[in-house]
Amino acid sequence: MDAKARRELIVKRIAREFKDGDVVNLGIGMPTQVANHVPAGVTVLLQSENGFIGLAPAPPDPALLDSDLVNAGGQPVGIVPGGCCFDSCTSFGIIRGGHVDFTVLGTLEVDQYGSIANWMVPGKMVPGMGGAMDLLVGARKVIVATDHVTKEGAPKLLERCRLPLTAVNAVDIVVTDMGYFEITAEGFLMKEIAPGVTIAEVKAATAGNLIITPELTVMTA
Amino acid sequence: MSKVTSLEHAMSRIKDAMTVMVGGFMACGTPELFMDALVEKGVKDLTIICNDGGTPTTGVGKLIGRGQVRRLVASHVGLNPEVGRRMNEKSLEVDLIPQGTLAERIRCGGAGIGGFLTPTGFGTIVQDGKQVVEVGGTPYLLELPLHADVALLLAHRADTMGNLIYRRATRNFNPPMATAADLVIAQVREVVEPGEIDPDSVHTPGIFVDFIVTAKEVP
Repeated sequence: MDAKARRELIVKRIAREFKDGDVVNLGIGMPTQVANHVPAGVTVLLQSENGFIGLAPAPPDPALLDSDLVNAGGQPVGIVPGGCCFDSCTSFGIIRGGHVDFTVLGTLEVDQYGSIANWMVPGKMVPGMGGAMDLLVGARKVIVATDHVTKEGAPKLLERCRLPLTAVNAVDIVVTDMGYFEITAEGFLMKEIAPGVTIAEVKAATAGNLIITPELTVMTA
Repeated sequence: MSKVTSLEHAMSRIKDAMTVMVGGFMACGTPELFMDALVEKGVKDLTIICNDGGTPTTGVGKLIGRGQVRRLVASHVGLNPEVGRRMNEKSLEVDLIPQGTLAERIRCGGAGIGGFLTPTGFGTIVQDGKQVVEVGGTPYLLELPLHADVALLLAHRADTMGNLIYRRATRNFNPPMATAADLVIAQVREVVEPGEIDPDSVHTPGIFVDFIVTAKEVP
């Protein structure tokens, strides 16, 4: 699979987690694409932490763009009929208060205890945590969408994160281009394996404790 | 008694070394009229409290790029490379705060609350130097209020009594900031007479707002 196909597998698989009516917050980058693959018959409400529920794609006609309506990355978007706007205190009350069903985020590292490091690389990248720390502690379920290894081929699923943490014991599910993993007391429980990938390859690419469910199935988009 | 005043009069109250809250999220909801006026005025050594660092050409990024900001309190600065550059050369001090914590600390500053407890940041470097309070078995960080000398807001519509209505995603940090500064100045797109805004539709009560400035500089 090329990079595009691998990412499509990840985002399509994650989109199947949602139930009709769920409130979902999607991070910038690959997680944003999850919105394009929500199955027919399921409608989710997208929360945008800068202050509204009902995020929709920007209108294709540039003349109809509304400069007062941007997503948390500052990009122009739309709002669905029935959407609503609020201030940052309400927005993070919604997030911390457990009113968001799912958040989907990318990561630099995630460990077998569900701790995650995705906001800074000391000496290199210090963009700030934005809303990520609040989303990780507040969302009912946290799904990490990530390539299984770094560009250099190093594992991103670790026994312990090495970079500064964004949150402790916060992640529930990790979906990578190699499979679908649940965070359990024993470590990464692999429940689905990506097509064309072997268990030996997953083991070699994972640094944390890996358990394979006896009911392992092939991960489909 | 109308709160509408000139841009010049409103900006004359902003002095060197003040702490200034600026509404907006990636400059959506930032009063650009005031950013441009402060650039022109050349006021310096400011502490800016804002969600982010704007971009080199928008929002508080305009002030940062001119070296008018000594300290920035924000949740995200990734869209303005100038912030990182000035951090590295030590000409700008940056306090990074989780976005929900930043919003709530401002709310506390305006609501007479001595701080609040949040699970956000527990077990991370955000915890450094903070008191951990356990409630019902869950550890929380004690986060303290934020207050400013001045808050600069963008609203869509105001009446002359200072009641404000925001539009869409421009609201963000503007309402809490309206409550948490000694002097509150709003740039608005439209000013109407008292009674033209339904009392049930007011987002920020006029009692919080000191001055209203329109882009057209209504005297």
